[in-house]
Formats: sequence, structure tokens, C-alpha cells
Amino acid sequence: MSRDAWSGKDVLSILDFSRQDLEQLFAVADDFVERPDSVEKSLSDRIVATAFFEPSTRTRLSFSTAAIKLGAKVIDLSPEASSVMKGESLPDTIRMLESYSDLIVMRHPSEGAALLASEVGRVPIVNGGDGSQHHPSQAMLDLFTIKRLKGRIDGLRYAVLGDVRYARSATSFLYGLSKYSPRVVYLVSPEGLRIKSEVKATLDGFNLETQQVEDIEKVLDKVDVVYMTRIQKERFPDPNEYERVKGSYKITKSTLANAKDAIVMHPLPRTGELAYDVDSLPNAAYMEQARMGVPVRMALLHLVLGDRKR
Amino acid sequence: MSDKETMLVQKISDGTVIDHVSAGKSLSVLRLLSNPQNRGVTVALVMNVGSSKMGRKDIVKMEGVELTDEQVQKLALIAPLATVVTIRSFRVTQKKNAVPPKVVTGILNCTSTTCISVKEKESVQSIFSLAGSSPLSYKCKFCGRILSEQEISAQLG
Repeated sequence: MSRDAWSGKDVLSILDFSRQDLEQLFAVADDFVERPDSVEKSLSDRIVATAFFEPSTRTRLSFSTAAIKLGAKVIDLSPEASSVMKGESLPDTIRMLESYSDLIVMRHPSEGAALLASEVGRVPIVNGGDGSQHHPSQAMLDLFTIKRLKGRIDGLRYAVLGDVRYARSATSFLYGLSKYSPRVVYLVSPEGLRIKSEVKATLDGFNLETQQVEDIEKVLDKVDVVYMTRIQKERFPDPNEYERVKGSYKITKSTLANAKDAIVMHPLPRTGELAYDVDSLPNAAYMEQARMGVPVRMALLHLVLGDRKR
Repeated sequence: MSDKETMLVQKISDGTVIDHVSAGKSLSVLRLLSNPQNRGVTVALVMNVGSSKMGRKDIVKMEGVELTDEQVQKLALIAPLATVVTIRSFRVTQKKNAVPPKVVTGILNCTSTTCISVKEKESVQSIFSLAGSSPLSYKCKFCGRILSEQEISAQLG
């Protein structure tokens, strides 16, 4: 994509953006972080719609906050209190929403929902997560956080821990890394939650090599970034198997004793896999990561919809 | 086809012979090509005959029917080695190899239960793009799930 790769475009997958596009986004986000008082109201005559067909805290609120900070008005479709409950199809819902707004941020449990919406709608669609693969703005803010904390994304050693099969944040993060040149990427997950073959094939296509390892303790002293995800009990056909493996994918203060200066990231919420005693360690990067959600999503909305001078 | 094979079934004056169908797949081929226009036409199936190229093969003959390019492409989904021969006045007028289409719309179903294309409420037409020719595989446009040759055959058989 070129200099104006973002303007008016859908944001469906991080794979659709080049490294140069991401660097452009990060430069704008950096400016929003460093010079918050200079933020232009570049969306002052715009309306942003949010449509979350699945629960969300950080993504929905940070997109709303980002839009408001840029001067936009925000309208929210609550599926549980709308015609969606009466069986309205996604295309019909999108056609209605696009007549009320200039951009739609959506989340949906089904893979390809954002792509379908983008084919129906005329306004830009921003995918706030669909199915188990794509959550582009999460991956963008993850990479931005690493860049700010470590100074670079290239050449670092990464471990992705937990559910690499169904967690869209983990897959999108790996897709994002495929635009860079990490030194090594370890995947640490139980057998039933390992990377999907089609995801692996996509990463292979971008020459991103991954190494499956059994135990996080074996690589913790060899990595710069630990990217964690929740392991959800309902993903296991046998609940006993969940009880057996869950401890192996937990990070605590004592687990991190050998971690040197590795940062620990997590898209949150956490449900036991990341102990609260990690919060006070310099390794803990997840709250900063969540905080970066607003400037990165501001930059995204600004580049896609804004009346830009930047 | 050899003379020995042609003796099994009477020659057709006008129509189509589909040769080099994988053994056991001729009924699937017929199902795939059936439409209201060719209801009632004379059809002959030769099943499980020897083939120097394939070991065993099936042959389908359809009297008075010529396949469109789209039908020949569809055919490649279950008979990727098939040869389609058009006969007019007992003479071969055209021979085409079945070539898998680059995009298949509305024929295959995604096997991912979380794909938007399988959600009944959304009425989405499935769209698959060719991912590999040998063995045949197709990729779902919506979720990226790959359908293998066996899965494609199972769906169309």
C-alpha cells in the first residue's frame, strides 16, 4: 500500500497492510502519545458506529474513546437490544448502520464476518475481531507497544504462550510479526490448542518460522517478549485435561525469576493464567499495552477517516 | 478409448463422452452434471475398466448433450484427470481436459462451523479459490479453511 493506503479503506486483517503502512500508523500514534495536546479534531463532522456481536471491554471502549478524542460522535448497536435478536442478518444490519454512520467498527463470532460486511457496506469497516484469526487493531497496538518498550520489533525473540489455535489475538499477533524479521518465534501451547494448519501455511508464505516447544520454562531466559493468551476451559473436550495442563501455561513472579528483561504481554482479560504478583515487576507490559489501545486506534481512525494534515 | 472398450457400449451419434473419470466416480459425475435440461437423455456408464493411464477408470456417455465450459470446470472438482470428448455425427469434434476452476461459487461448503458462510441466517454464497491442483485443494474466501481432494469428493459424491 502507498502513502494513502489507509484513506477510506477497510481494516479487516493486518495481513492486508505492509510494514511501511504499519510504520506510518505507528508514527501517527507516537505523535498522539507524545503530544496529546496537539491532537486535531480530524473527525469532528463524523459519526462512528460500533457493532459488537460478542462481548468486548477494551476494544469497544478504546475505539469509542479514540473516536471521541478525534471529535467524532459515536453510536452503538447493542445486538441484544436490537433487531439482531429478531433474526436480522448481518448484511441487513450493516446496510442500516452505514446509512447512519461514516465508519463501522464491528466484532463478530464468525470468521469472515467483517469481510462479508465490507462487501455489503460502502463505509469503511474496521474489524474489531472476527472468528479465531483476525483482530488487526489488537495486533497493531501489540507491535506498537513492543516498539515503544523495546525500541524495535525486528531481531527480537518471541514466545507466544497459551491458546494459539482459537485466540484471535495470538494469530493476529503472529500475522503482524510476519511483516517483520523476528530472530525466533516459539509457540508454547497444549496439543489441542496448537496453531491451525492454514495459519501455519500463511506464516510459511511470509517466511515466518515458528518453533513448537513444550515448556515455557525452557525458553523464558531466551526471549525478549512473552505474548500470553487465555486458555479457555470450554476448548477442551475433556475437563480433566484442562485441569492437568492449565498450570503449565501460567506466569507468576517466580516463573519469571529467570526471565531477565523479557516483557510480558497479554491482550486481557486474564483469568488466572497471569498472576497478580507479576503486576509489580518491570516485566509487566500488559497495562501499558492496554493503554496503547487508544492512541493506536486514534491513529487508525485518523488515517482511515480523518481530514488529515498529519 | 480402445476398441475393446467401445464394444461395451454402443457408439453415440451426437453427445459427450467423459473419459478418464476416477474409478467409482461416474455416478458423482452424473449427479454434478444433472440439470432440468438434460433430464431424460440417454446415459451410459462404464465402470471400473482397465486404463493404461489410471489403472482403473470410469467412462460416462451422454447422448445429445454437450458440456459448457463451466460444466467442464465443475467436472474437474471430482474428476481432475477427465477428458471431455464432444461427438457430432459419430465424429470427434473437440477434446478438452477438465481444468479445475480458479474460483468455485456456491458448490462447495466450508467445513469450519464458525465460518460466516455456513451460518444459515446470513444466506452467504460460499466462495472457494483454487489452492492446489495435485492433489486438488480449495481455500474458503471467508475463513481460509482448506478443503482437501477427499473432502471435495465427499461433498460432491
